[in-house]
Amino acid sequence: MKRAKQAQSLSDQVFDIVNWIVLSIILIVVLYPLLYTVSASFSDPKAVNSGEMWLLPVRFTLDGYRRIFDYGDIWMGYLNTIDYTVVGTAFSLFTVLMYGFALSKKKLVGRRFFSIVILVTMFFNGGVVTTYIVIKNLHLLDTRFIMYVCGMSSAYYILVCRTFFMTSIPEALSEAATIDGCSDWRFFMRIALPLSRALIMVMIIFLAVTRWNWYFWPMILLKERSKFTLQIILKEILIQSQMSASMMSSGMGFVEIQRQAEIAQMIKFAVIIASSLPMLIVYPFLQCYFEKGVMIGAVKG
Amino acid sequence: MYISQVASQSELCYIVTGSIHFCGKRAFVLTSTGIRGAGRKKLLRRILTDWQLYLFMLPGLAYYICLEYGPIYGLQIAFKNYSPAKGIWGSKWIGLAQFERFFRSAYFGATIVNTLRLSIISLFVGFSLPVLFALMLNEMRCKPFRDLVKTVSYAPHFISVVVIVGVLRLFVTPSTGIINHIIAALGGERIAFFQESRWFAPMYVISGIWQELGWNSMIYIAALSSVDPTLHEAAIIDGANKVQRIWHVNLPVLRPTIVVLLILNCGQLLNVGYEKVLLMQTDTNLTASEIISTYVYKAGLINAEFSFSAAVNLFNSIVNCVLLITVNTITSKLDDTSLW
Repeated sequence: MKRAKQAQSLSDQVFDIVNWIVLSIILIVVLYPLLYTVSASFSDPKAVNSGEMWLLPVRFTLDGYRRIFDYGDIWMGYLNTIDYTVVGTAFSLFTVLMYGFALSKKKLVGRRFFSIVILVTMFFNGGVVTTYIVIKNLHLLDTRFIMYVCGMSSAYYILVCRTFFMTSIPEALSEAATIDGCSDWRFFMRIALPLSRALIMVMIIFLAVTRWNWYFWPMILLKERSKFTLQIILKEILIQSQMSASMMSSGMGFVEIQRQAEIAQMIKFAVIIASSLPMLIVYPFLQCYFEKGVMIGAVKG
Repeated sequence: MYISQVASQSELCYIVTGSIHFCGKRAFVLTSTGIRGAGRKKLLRRILTDWQLYLFMLPGLAYYICLEYGPIYGLQIAFKNYSPAKGIWGSKWIGLAQFERFFRSAYFGATIVNTLRLSIISLFVGFSLPVLFALMLNEMRCKPFRDLVKTVSYAPHFISVVVIVGVLRLFVTPSTGIINHIIAALGGERIAFFQESRWFAPMYVISGIWQELGWNSMIYIAALSSVDPTLHEAAIIDGANKVQRIWHVNLPVLRPTIVVLLILNCGQLLNVGYEKVLLMQTDTNLTASEIISTYVYKAGLINAEFSFSAAVNLFNSIVNCVLLITVNTITSKLDDTSLW
């Protein structure tokens, strides 16, 4: 009996040790590229390229940041992205919350129909080309408006809202309000919304992150450079290695090719950090909401 | 107040991250108005009293009609010879000619093989690892360390694809990238990862796992927190060790979630995201990286072959729907878990 117990605790100990090791490896593997990128953006590009820099910055420099700071297109992209993210998220949020609220009402005639209308789009859609044609026919190509409304609603988010309203706002509350003469609109604004702060936070996070990182649709729908988003500018720099001459100049006119490649490398690392900075700053504060968000989604309604 | 039996179809929805469990149900509904006028008159009355609720749905409906159902209506150009001057409705019907062209073209086999390669590897690896990760994290008793691992592993999910691919390109550059420095230090040959098509799928899958491992495991972590602790206590008394407890207690809890997500993933088998693939494509790795969705994009929006592109896309959607229904039927027979 005693031996059996010992053997059992031994196997559990082995498990714990293996668990520690594997999770530590995962932690390092996920964290390392992030740290490397941050360090590389502050390091002398020569040290980065030769492999001398592998964890902490070597020969600290802000040259990369100085160069992108002077590059107007990045700021323009930043402002545009902020514009599309803020307005677009506000549009989406209200659309999704209101649709979800309406669907949460059992008294709604045609509730099943209105659910199916949105559910179909989860599994079947027109695709890139026909969407493009429709937007073109609506004369919304290359407008700020389409950037606000494209992808405005999502069946999944509506269902999450619906489930939340059905489970966390008691039916009795809305019945009592109705008897007191409270309209649906008033109930939604005055009672339902204040009671669903967690839901609103989760929705804002998901919607805003999607819009901030959006690149495919803006790339297709926008033609004029002054409307480009940060991600499009990033794509030019990171993937296509298109950099303006002003960014590349070293102040002495002629720059040899070797040096040019180094500068390009440095700009890329700096631009990665600069573009992800807002996310990196807000991330720790939002973290507590993620699991809440998944829990809301997983609740059976 | 009367109790009236209304054949209202309130549906039970089990939502598990994008999955819907849909089944109709007859319900007794308590209405304050009760039965006054029978039939249509009453229905109209109810609609009129709830007019505000319909107004609530208006922005959403406007969006769905214009930007979701508009494109679905526009899919008819797959059977037409679309010209922008004549519009969607005015273009001439040509039947299945566009589909035939796709089936005969050299791209048909190649894009499907490439798409399936990416999605099947992603499905197997990207699906099993988050489950394992969640189970391991759940066993970690040191809370600060567990929270640290969680926080760090969720973070990459919020990085944009453009940045991910940008970082990847910087890391694997033959002469200067850190990965190649490591390979060289270990005595290997430097590899031009982005130039060789055989490296495309591994890079795609590994970077995907790096980005989504933590995030995809979150749903399982949440589900595991609901495991009844008495089950574990009982198992310990019966002499079960940790591995046995994970296998016999924790895994069965995750089973419904796993099955539902598996069905949904199978329904997306041909829907490999074009965003990342498009960014990872180079002229030399196209033989492995041209997938259906990037082909649709290029044919339609770059070469302006709208009808052809729509036909390819429609074919893709139909295959996905068939797959979804098939897998769902199989799992509902085997496991009693079904989406609808």
